[in-house]
Amino acid sequence: MNAIIGQPIRRREDIRFITGRGRYTDDIAVAGQTYAVFARSPYARAKIRGIDKASAKALAGVIEVFTGADLAAGGIGTLPCGWLVKSTDGSDMKVAPRPPLAIEQVNFVGEPYAVVIAATAAAAKAGAEALEADLEELPAQAALATAMEGVQIHDGIEKNLSFHWSIGDQAKTDAALKAASHITTLTFANNRLIPNAIEPRACVAVYDAAADEITLTTTSQNPHVERLILTAFLNLAPEHKLRVISPDVGGGFGSKIFVYPEETAVAWAARALNRPIKWTADRSEAFLSDAHGRDHLTTAELGMDANGTFLGLRVKTRANLGAYLSTFGSAVPTYLYATLLAGQYKTPAIYAEVDGVYTNTAPVDAYRGAGRPEATYVVERIVEAAAREMKIDPVEIRRRNVIREFPYETPVALVYDIGDYEQSLARALKLADVAGFPARRVAAEARGMKRGLGYACYIEACGLAPSKIAISLGGGVGLFESGEIRVNPTGSVTAFTGSHSHGQGHETTFAQVVASKLGIPMDQVEVVHGDTGRMEYGLGTYGSRSLAVGGSALVRSAEKIIAKGKLISAHMMETTPDEVEFDEGVFTARGTNKKMTFGEVAFAAYVPANYPEGLEPGLSEKSFYDPVNWTYPAGTHIAEVEIDPETGVVEVVAFTAVDDFGEIINPMIVEGQVHGGVAQGIGQALLEHGIYDDDGQLLTGSYMDYAMPRADDLPSFKVETTVTPCTHNPLGAKGCGEAGAIGAPAAVMNAVTDALGREDVAMPATPERVWRALQGV
Amino acid sequence: MQDCAYHRPGNLADAVSLRRGGGGSAYLAGGMTLIPTMKQGLAQPDALVDLAGLNELVGCRLESGALVIGAMTRHAAVAQSSVVEGAIPALAALAGQIGDRQVRNRGTLGGSLANSDPAADYPAAVIGLGATIRTDRREIAADDYFKGLFETALDEGELIREVAFPIPARAAYRKFPHPASRFAIVGVFVADFGSGRVRVGVTGAGPCAFRPVSIEQALAARLDPAALGGVAIDSSQFNSDLAASAAFRAQLVRVMAKRAVQDLLS
Amino acid sequence: MNVSMVVNGEACEIEAAPNALLVDVLRQTLRLTGVHVGCDTSQCGACTVRMNGRAVKACTVLAAQADGSEVTTIEGLGAPGALHPLQAAFQETHGLQCGFCTPGMIMSALDLIESGERLDEAKVRAGLDGNFCRCTGYHNIVKAVLLAAGANA
Repeated sequence: MNAIIGQPIRRREDIRFITGRGRYTDDIAVAGQTYAVFARSPYARAKIRGIDKASAKALAGVIEVFTGADLAAGGIGTLPCGWLVKSTDGSDMKVAPRPPLAIEQVNFVGEPYAVVIAATAAAAKAGAEALEADLEELPAQAALATAMEGVQIHDGIEKNLSFHWSIGDQAKTDAALKAASHITTLTFANNRLIPNAIEPRACVAVYDAAADEITLTTTSQNPHVERLILTAFLNLAPEHKLRVISPDVGGGFGSKIFVYPEETAVAWAARALNRPIKWTADRSEAFLSDAHGRDHLTTAELGMDANGTFLGLRVKTRANLGAYLSTFGSAVPTYLYATLLAGQYKTPAIYAEVDGVYTNTAPVDAYRGAGRPEATYVVERIVEAAAREMKIDPVEIRRRNVIREFPYETPVALVYDIGDYEQSLARALKLADVAGFPARRVAAEARGMKRGLGYACYIEACGLAPSKIAISLGGGVGLFESGEIRVNPTGSVTAFTGSHSHGQGHETTFAQVVASKLGIPMDQVEVVHGDTGRMEYGLGTYGSRSLAVGGSALVRSAEKIIAKGKLISAHMMETTPDEVEFDEGVFTARGTNKKMTFGEVAFAAYVPANYPEGLEPGLSEKSFYDPVNWTYPAGTHIAEVEIDPETGVVEVVAFTAVDDFGEIINPMIVEGQVHGGVAQGIGQALLEHGIYDDDGQLLTGSYMDYAMPRADDLPSFKVETTVTPCTHNPLGAKGCGEAGAIGAPAAVMNAVTDALGREDVAMPATPERVWRALQGV
Repeated sequence: MQDCAYHRPGNLADAVSLRRGGGGSAYLAGGMTLIPTMKQGLAQPDALVDLAGLNELVGCRLESGALVIGAMTRHAAVAQSSVVEGAIPALAALAGQIGDRQVRNRGTLGGSLANSDPAADYPAAVIGLGATIRTDRREIAADDYFKGLFETALDEGELIREVAFPIPARAAYRKFPHPASRFAIVGVFVADFGSGRVRVGVTGAGPCAFRPVSIEQALAARLDPAALGGVAIDSSQFNSDLAASAAFRAQLVRVMAKRAVQDLLS
Repeated sequence: MNVSMVVNGEACEIEAAPNALLVDVLRQTLRLTGVHVGCDTSQCGACTVRMNGRAVKACTVLAAQADGSEVTTIEGLGAPGALHPLQAAFQETHGLQCGFCTPGMIMSALDLIESGERLDEAKVRAGLDGNFCRCTGYHNIVKAVLLAAGANA
């Protein structure tokens, strides 16, 4: 078993990807398929006075045009937000209704108001361009900073405020800050990001009139949730009449969790026209219409005593929701953000207030890390700044405040089950050769360069989530996961998981888990995911939950398989089940030389001749695993940067990550996850910024202006792990998918501000910003 | 993309006459700008005259004190040419920094100059070296060629055949790339022709490539990076955008010029 | 118009509009769906194929321009059981995650390796300037290219 678990086994899914045999949504060609193109608003806010379909329908190849009114007449509802947040006054968050195709008003550039279906993609595009819509441009409110004072976007939502939410003990925190001998205050923005999975969103909808069933193949991270929302909230079809398939998906990073207008309209239209319809976003559409990430304005105050012991942290954040609440848009800047503000520290009093506000921009939702990078940025930037102000070494101030005893209940509603933060910090200090930094800084200065070092000692909450707690906090669904193991008569195994891989390598990792638990070779295990028609249910992949929750479900099913195998083999070996031992795929009757292989037991289960009385034949088990707590991956990231003072260019010369993800199944895959997350985090710190002008036009709407990290923007990374096993799931696993994106922005910006000797440098630290900071302006 | 006709003539005369035939036609060189522009609907030619069949426009050769590069020579070929490397290594280095690997495998010198993107690299060298642009009908001096944003001295249908670059004693190019597009936010080409004759070409900073007078004068007096320390740069006509303000571009012009001089002297 | 190409070693003649993009002909007409489309401004490199031995972005080449050319896509490089060393190196070093950028990345890397340049980490990073990957942070892609380059040397 240990020959498989913990081994860097090469990924089986790679073979299809490296040979061009992957099957992504746009690769699917259905006989007779037609094409959808959406007509999108060029304005940030406009009244829809009328849409004249005739202009588009007159074009050759155009089959039909549907508007929001058509969908509404067809019974289609509005896109829901799946998490109900309540304001401090007890009122529900204010939700602006979002029809998949705008009916009365468009509220961001790129919002779709009609869809054109045509025989070819070119004809559909021509039709969308020809479609005459009478849009009366209205004043827009695009800027977050002025959103509560500006134009009211939605009827009945004053100050554009969806919710004013808070967490923690305000009185205690105010008192702690009053008693503090020093308060460090920082005000900063967490820059808007555009996720940019390299595969754009796409879908293909096919209606089977005989079965009255729609099959929607789409780029989703969670096909069952997609199906649930499309049926329960949007009334697309009865749940059992919609099959959602997520085939190979080219990256998600959160942006493919959500239910979007496009697949809703396409699936509905496929049935209305009884024709297969394909839609594939081009990148320009993706920039405008994928949910964006981050976009906070925050002021934080950290009060300390004279020794640098943290007494209280007060945080006020204005979070941009965009024009509408996306699927989890309300949860990200609240429960996924402010609950993490304790970080790794024993700060006894924390109070955070969050204003969730609407703007005339694309909806903002979960993007890799989802709230936790924002929280880590607040905590780790202010801790570093506090150390500088107090003239305490930044490592020392962290050691003075770090949590050492577990379980630890934070002032912001979480209970950390286990961790050893000093261990990962110590290891990172060595790996990054922090001791050698002063000499490197001197050498850099001799070359005319400024060198800086920055830390981020982050914590995250992953493995979401205990269903009861999540639902009590406003979650609209349970957050368990399913895992089913079907043992075939020949002893090979098909494992079904409700989580979904869009790069994470589940087909390999989960096969390692199942093979090791059942003691069979990995090549006897097939892992199936991403199809509501093949597995019973699932909540999907996001929040670094797949292994901790989905993997645990498979472990539970494997345990059930073994238990039934003991019943069968005990009967055949003429002993009692509690006298049967199972190890390395062999059932042995204790104290005898009788044994049966896993394959023999499987065969017996399907050819039940010599078989226990009353026991059902077959060998197939499923489990729904509901975690009892979140998991808490944590670690230390250290960035070292060099700044060219003449050009303001920041180069990350070294990046070290030491993370505690609990038990690791495949270290190669884990390291890869860290690399990718760190790259996105460095991207946030130095390159990426989604910028709207005051009229709500997206200025960074293509790769000509939105700076994606390229290979030569990044260094190689030094990555290691430490292990404190999660205490409450059978794998001891915590999750690794987001850590890099969580730690890196703060680490890099701490290094940049260290090099510059000033704190007020905004992300991304672009050359001009850094150059200006050096000019003292 | 709008429907259009496609021609691939085998010689220059046919190319020019095909281009003359269609009012809305366009020459297609490497297509690295034209095709994306057509995809966006910003260019809608009714016929494309592909120059890929004009082998006479491909290659690098020496000609009495000048390096002559055919208009259809691809950037990668210039970057890897031993002729270019021997004559003006800074030009090979410049070609090796254009766009990205795939763009360099397709994009051409003539296409770049005919398009005159304000942030393209080649114009800096054309200006900096005082090159001559030879077309199907005349020769145009570099200083007369770039007229403004995407504007050149080329007449309708006029086709660049080749470009003659005078060979300097030494030269260097420094580029500050746009973090997203990798076009030049600022690129500075400095060429030393000896006896105090220094030419400088700047791309990216203004509406088209130009000679920065103050820098040329300073370097003519003293070819030394230190000569640029206090030099005033008029940024009133400079581009200002998300990636760099005019003031920052002025700083980058100064720094890239300084570094080019350092490279050139080393 | 009629376009003749040798694609992955096989001669083919297809009918394409003069403004048809090579990438659309490869994906839709020839069903070579390993060629991916990740952007519309010629940056991401997911559509990279080799045309007459050089890496090009198939989204920025007209099929008409490829008339008379030899085109190699990822499907023509190696197959399961007979992987090209570069493909094998990508698996060996975990140089891919979602796999979407991978075909283009491999075709660019092949161009880089066959350029004959002596490669080190910095040169590989610079040499992949025409390809985006959002998953790997490039760390293991660089390792893959260096591994394959060594294997070829």
